[in-house]
Amino acid sequence: MRDVHCVLHAPQGDTYADLLFTMIARSAKRPPVTYTTFQARDLGGDTAELVRKTLQDTVQRFKPRALLVGEACTAELIQDQPGAMAEGMGFDIPVVPLELPAFTRKENWGASETFFSLVRALLRGHKPAERPAMTGRRPRANLLGPTMLGFRCRDDVTEVTRLLASVGVDVNVVAPAGAAPEDLLRLPEADFNVCLYPEVAYSTCAWLERMFQQPTVKTVPIGVGASRDFLLEVGQVAGIDPAPAIAAAQTRLPWYSRSVDSTYLTGKRVFIFGDATHVIAAARVATEELGFEVVGLGSYSREFARELRAAAEGYGVEALITDDYLQVEARVLELAPELVLGTQMERHIAKRAGIPCAVISAPVHVQDFPARYAPQMGFEGANVIFDTWVHPLMMGLEEHLITMFREDIEFNDEAAPSHLGPAARQGGAQTRAEPAADDDAEGAGADDAIIWDSDAEKELRKIPFFVRGKARRNTERFARERGVATITVETLYDAKAHFGR
Amino acid sequence: MTDVSLQGAAQAGHPAAAASACNVDLPVTRERGQRQVFCGLAGIVWLHRKMQDAFFLVVGSRTCAHLLQSAAGVMVFAEPRFATAILQDRDLAGLADCNEELDRVVTELLARRPDIGTLFLVASCPSEVIKLDLDTAAERLAASQQGRVQILAYSGSGLDTTFTQGEDTCLTALVPRMPELPAAERSLLVLGTLPDIVEDQFARLFAEIGIAPVHFLPPRKAAELPPVGPGTLLLAAQPFVGETAAALAKRGATLIEAPYPFGIEGSRAWFAAAAAAWGLPAERVEAAIAAPVARAERGLANYREQLAGKRISFLPDSQLEIPLGRFLSRECGMQLTEVGVPYLDRRMMAAELELLPAGLRLTEGQDLERQLDRLRQDRPDLTVCGLGLANPLEAEGLTTKWSIELVFSPVHGFDQAADLAELFARPLNRRQRLAF
Repeated sequence: MRDVHCVLHAPQGDTYADLLFTMIARSAKRPPVTYTTFQARDLGGDTAELVRKTLQDTVQRFKPRALLVGEACTAELIQDQPGAMAEGMGFDIPVVPLELPAFTRKENWGASETFFSLVRALLRGHKPAERPAMTGRRPRANLLGPTMLGFRCRDDVTEVTRLLASVGVDVNVVAPAGAAPEDLLRLPEADFNVCLYPEVAYSTCAWLERMFQQPTVKTVPIGVGASRDFLLEVGQVAGIDPAPAIAAAQTRLPWYSRSVDSTYLTGKRVFIFGDATHVIAAARVATEELGFEVVGLGSYSREFARELRAAAEGYGVEALITDDYLQVEARVLELAPELVLGTQMERHIAKRAGIPCAVISAPVHVQDFPARYAPQMGFEGANVIFDTWVHPLMMGLEEHLITMFREDIEFNDEAAPSHLGPAARQGGAQTRAEPAADDDAEGAGADDAIIWDSDAEKELRKIPFFVRGKARRNTERFARERGVATITVETLYDAKAHFGR
Repeated sequence: MTDVSLQGAAQAGHPAAAASACNVDLPVTRERGQRQVFCGLAGIVWLHRKMQDAFFLVVGSRTCAHLLQSAAGVMVFAEPRFATAILQDRDLAGLADCNEELDRVVTELLARRPDIGTLFLVASCPSEVIKLDLDTAAERLAASQQGRVQILAYSGSGLDTTFTQGEDTCLTALVPRMPELPAAERSLLVLGTLPDIVEDQFARLFAEIGIAPVHFLPPRKAAELPPVGPGTLLLAAQPFVGETAAALAKRGATLIEAPYPFGIEGSRAWFAAAAAAWGLPAERVEAAIAAPVARAERGLANYREQLAGKRISFLPDSQLEIPLGRFLSRECGMQLTEVGVPYLDRRMMAAELELLPAGLRLTEGQDLERQLDRLRQDRPDLTVCGLGLANPLEAEGLTTKWSIELVFSPVHGFDQAADLAELFARPLNRRQRLAF
């Protein structure tokens, strides 16, 4: 945000948080945060005095128009109450103390609460401005929720602004990203709010609706269907007919998805994990617009667990609500999906397991702040999604050819890519890791002394490496359940028929 | 303690050395205020790679876990040997519960990872503030494991440690576990993490000079600790291990004062000081290092041309600022605009301070905003700083070098002298290549 500064009571070392902005999001400016960076020797003395001095110096140097005051986890324990202290220091700007229990809550809750506290502090007591009727002028909307470290927020804002313009709606204020306190004071001037990222903006939207009678548009326009629904909802709220805009919308996803090359996408098994909003949206795009099968989904957003469970139920799967990446990893290995859509952490997990992956949600890494225009929302966002989700998978024609030539000397699993020359052929198999699940399965198999005969083993090698682990496991389970001691080619195909999707 | 370091430094006379006067009483400006540094937990990133049988369990908050994940995020690709036991509201309510929970986490971890030979319980800011006693916890847990696993505790908290100091507290925890060096024997102990490749180079050079046995702390396996005793001569390879040096001195080791082995001059003086303390003639050193020195001279020549006359400022970060500033000023002809250090350990820096140019602006501690004001006024050609500041300073038109790379990369010794210079030349080189 602009002209807002945060003083954070935090020990030395917590300043590493600046890195997220300057290195990962490549921000050219330091985030407007000043830390007290207390050390052990300060604890013996007067940390409260350190807070007071930091507050004084910060206000004097940066001259913010609003001051946020918070505590990091350790500062919370020493109870200096910097918020109350700041309020008593007679600054002539709004001072907003933040209560963010770091030991129980997480970052999206913190962002939501901070945004809400700031909006409430600035607008408390403001009478709802008399908004002129929407007839005879262009309706105005606030776009709420985008943040600097959020996934593709920068480009989503541009794309949603275009989307609204296509039905004749102007954007009044975008917040929190890039907004100044004066902008927040103008929030009530809008006719309605667009809750772009519910994790951050839901509480604020609900409060604005109550205080200023501003309706909230809740559809998150990720994917073609959701973008259309979004325009329909906007149309309803603003009293506009969105049909011409929807008809004129340019998007390649539907045709690309229907084109015959995409046949190979049919029923691709996908696992989705991230914040609730992106996961729910991604599941819809995956199933309705790309023809994938959702085999599992989950989120670290406990606040939206209910919505997520409801969505999961629709796909006949159980939602995984956790912030333990080992649990997510275990689920991925168990499901052995053909594509993982996730955060930076799932990208690592998928990479280790040798499963194709695309990032769909924060937390993200530096490569997820691309130089090019790459929104997730709106019709251009749908194009971007088609490319980014489909590229990690093998292209259709390519996959077909490789299946055809699988037994040829150049294309079998043992061979290294032919462009590396004959010298690279030996040990070529090592260029491709099998999913870790395969190793686990072998371990489990050995215990039960189930033997694969050599023909069956050979047949197994013909199955693409990324589903081979699952095939091996299923076959062994099948054999074990039926008391089969030696797995033959027949057992393999019996198991395939049994577990066939 | 011996006075060999002074001789060593004098012997090491590089042509540039004559130009600048030596000054023991260099004035130091002390600052207090906001600090932009990592806490000691960051040390886990290189410590866990050095000691491959060790696991680091941070007892801290989500923030600690996040720091480790973002500072060492790429390690997730490997099977990471570090983790965070996250303190929850419940744990804060009562220490009894907290200890119980810790026992459960550790027992589960050790059951899941039988490959762990040494487990470090690492204290964080919140665990320090609630006074969770990890030393006692370590003893209790080690007893319950019946000696299968060595369990130790140290603090990586930002309250106690600044960035590389986390290695100092970790190594200090190892000292009491080191076996006793038999009374009649002597050995050289090299202190501070070095990349394996550098460690091997140094081991070969010591052997050629005629010093043996030579041990390294930390060792490659935490279970195989080197011995220490009155016959131990201690040579620090890193400037941030002062507490460990003091703990080793208590066990009888004698610290050899020497500059740190950065650049030709520093490396030569470092080996010379060791040889002198061992009672070997200087010629032995010169004979052993002749070829590496010649290689380093050739390698450095090119970079010296690019760096000479350029102005450089160090923001306080890794404790390497003084030895690196010395190398860049004396061997590469750079001008030191300001050298900031998080803290000045005069005992560990004595030989280095001798070699700094007169009139140097040396600052200890940090008051970030005021330091940045000075930097903007100085506008040096190159600024060495932490990652949080690098991009914003670049956006202001300053050229920067990330200090963290200096901690991870092989930069010690003769054969890395040119690589070290190149790390500083690269940002300048890049700035020159780009059209904007």
